[in-house]
Amino acid sequence: MKSALLRFAAIAVAALTVGGVAARAQDNMNDPYRDPALAALKGKSIAYLPISIGFDLAQAWGGVIKTQADHYGMTFKARDPNWSTDAMAQAMTSLIAEHPDVIVTQNPDLQSLARLLKQANAAGIRVIQMNMQGAVQTDAFVGPDFISMGEQEAEMMAKACGKDTQTSHKIAIVQGVLTGGVSYYQVKGLLEGLKAHPEIKVVSSQAADWDASKARAVTETVLQQNPDLCGIADMWDGQGVGTGAAIKQAGKQGQVYFLTSGGGAQSMCDRLADGTFSAVIDYNAPGMGRDAFTAISALLQSKQPAGSIKFQLYSPTRVMTKADVKAGTCWDPQAYAALLR
Amino acid sequence: MAVSLSKRSFTQERIVFLITIALFAVFAVELRNFLAPANLLALVRSVAVLGMLGMAMLVVVLGRGIDLAIVANMAISVGWALQLIAGGMPVWLALCVGLAFALGMSLIGGILIAYAEIPSLFATLAMATFIYGFGRAHLITGTDVVYLPHDMGAVVELGQGVVAGIPMPIVVAAGTAFAAYLFLKYTKPGRFIFAMGDNFNAARIGGIGVRPMLVFQYVLSGGATFLAGLITATSVGAMNTRIVNSNMIYDVILVVVLGGVGLSGGRGGVRNVIVGTLLIGVLMNGMTIMDVQYTVQNVIKSLILLFAIVSDSIVNPRDEQTGQQGDI
Repeated sequence: MKSALLRFAAIAVAALTVGGVAARAQDNMNDPYRDPALAALKGKSIAYLPISIGFDLAQAWGGVIKTQADHYGMTFKARDPNWSTDAMAQAMTSLIAEHPDVIVTQNPDLQSLARLLKQANAAGIRVIQMNMQGAVQTDAFVGPDFISMGEQEAEMMAKACGKDTQTSHKIAIVQGVLTGGVSYYQVKGLLEGLKAHPEIKVVSSQAADWDASKARAVTETVLQQNPDLCGIADMWDGQGVGTGAAIKQAGKQGQVYFLTSGGGAQSMCDRLADGTFSAVIDYNAPGMGRDAFTAISALLQSKQPAGSIKFQLYSPTRVMTKADVKAGTCWDPQAYAALLR
Repeated sequence: MAVSLSKRSFTQERIVFLITIALFAVFAVELRNFLAPANLLALVRSVAVLGMLGMAMLVVVLGRGIDLAIVANMAISVGWALQLIAGGMPVWLALCVGLAFALGMSLIGGILIAYAEIPSLFATLAMATFIYGFGRAHLITGTDVVYLPHDMGAVVELGQGVVAGIPMPIVVAAGTAFAAYLFLKYTKPGRFIFAMGDNFNAARIGGIGVRPMLVFQYVLSGGATFLAGLITATSVGAMNTRIVNSNMIYDVILVVVLGGVGLSGGRGGVRNVIVGTLLIGVLMNGMTIMDVQYTVQNVIKSLILLFAIVSDSIVNPRDEQTGQQGDI
């Protein structure tokens, strides 16, 4: 009994010694680049100011950035101007005075924040613009290349309704807010792309103000006027719910090719699965959040002053149809929203 | 005699009705398929919800009040109900909770107006902000667009069903209008509302319980609002709480005022709201067919409103009596 105890003690001491040596060896083996990188991030502050924290894209971006910021010991705070450009400009002004290390923002339009973003850069704050490039270029832009997305939509439309098909070649466009970049550039790319397909006729191009009710009313009338309509391109899936409802209520689900785009929230997969959307271009909003954090990390590690390196990070996109929808393909905005509350 | 006859035949309601007929005739001649039955149904359907909200507003405006919380109440109560259903609550229970919320909020607004004697303009404006803020902070905590859950059951028929070839939203809106007509014309509380709007103090001296009646008006409006919201959500497939920030509330006031309902109370009825709603419907439908952008549509819409108001003030100039009433 006694000898067994002794043997156990000996083994334990030996194990501790070996462990200790191993630990020290690991210490010596440490990645020499890790500490400076972590030190560049630790204690830095990120301020997040999208046009609203109430919609799925902004929730995903913010949720991912906040998770990463917490992980690296950075502070993160979010402001919610709730779709008010005025409130947003005020919040931006006060953020510049508070002087965080990084501001992540989302332009409501091309011009509104331009002067303030320039000021922020001049004050030494790094600025990342999400989703839509404003009139002023800052440290980084993260978002889809909407013009090329529009061109891609034109090709998809041509495939469904072009000259090789036995259709009317008639399509309709449901825009978002006329002056908003997301809609404007997509439509621009789409119309540009359609020039290569002169047989396709755009019978209607109306703005629905990102509102599903307006999209439903517009689409109902358009379908009524053009019962042989071949396809509809909508500029955002949240609004496309209404467009899709009008197609369904006209009894044309499956006959009208309905293409839209969005950040890949669960609602998008649901509408693909139930046949509301024929196809979508998914720009993966959590992926954009990751890109944004990568940009933050790179900017903070580079010793360059704010505004000296400027780059555009275009988000990868993916075309999805019903066949691509599986459990876990899309993400749950509620989970990201909970992170930001 | 001749003067009074001409006055009676050119009320604002008549003017707006004539404009509607004129536009309708122009569109019918100029636009292909405008007269197709399906298009006419689409036309009415697109303004059915607006008309129902107009009815809710009418009941309040007739009593010389105004309810600016209608849109916020609609968006949050229905959005919350949808979210509860998605969270697993039985449909009927969630709808009851949503309705109770809508009624409760309009009850609070009514009490503020009737008992705390806060002018309705301010009380309901504050309530609108409160409902939206409270709803977004504590009830609809996720995305501001609440999607329709898949297992809604028969309720979906409210927005997507068809009765004898007529879409359900039109049927429900017509039912609401008819109920409002019966209520205002043939019930005691309905007549009381007119009396209060016409002369509040006289109504009070006459023995009408004006405070409970005021509260009742707002609660009625809250109930109609919830029904309108339910139709919106089930026909569109989502409740977009962002409409609270839109100018929808002005559209509601527009259809009420456009039809000739006086904001000073006591003047007007269901027919006026229907006329105003139809004008907006004809305009929107025609312009959508012509592919006019909605920003331009808004300009045209407001020009027509101005035209209607100006022609009313020319045909029916304000005299000493009407001038004293004031506007809200």
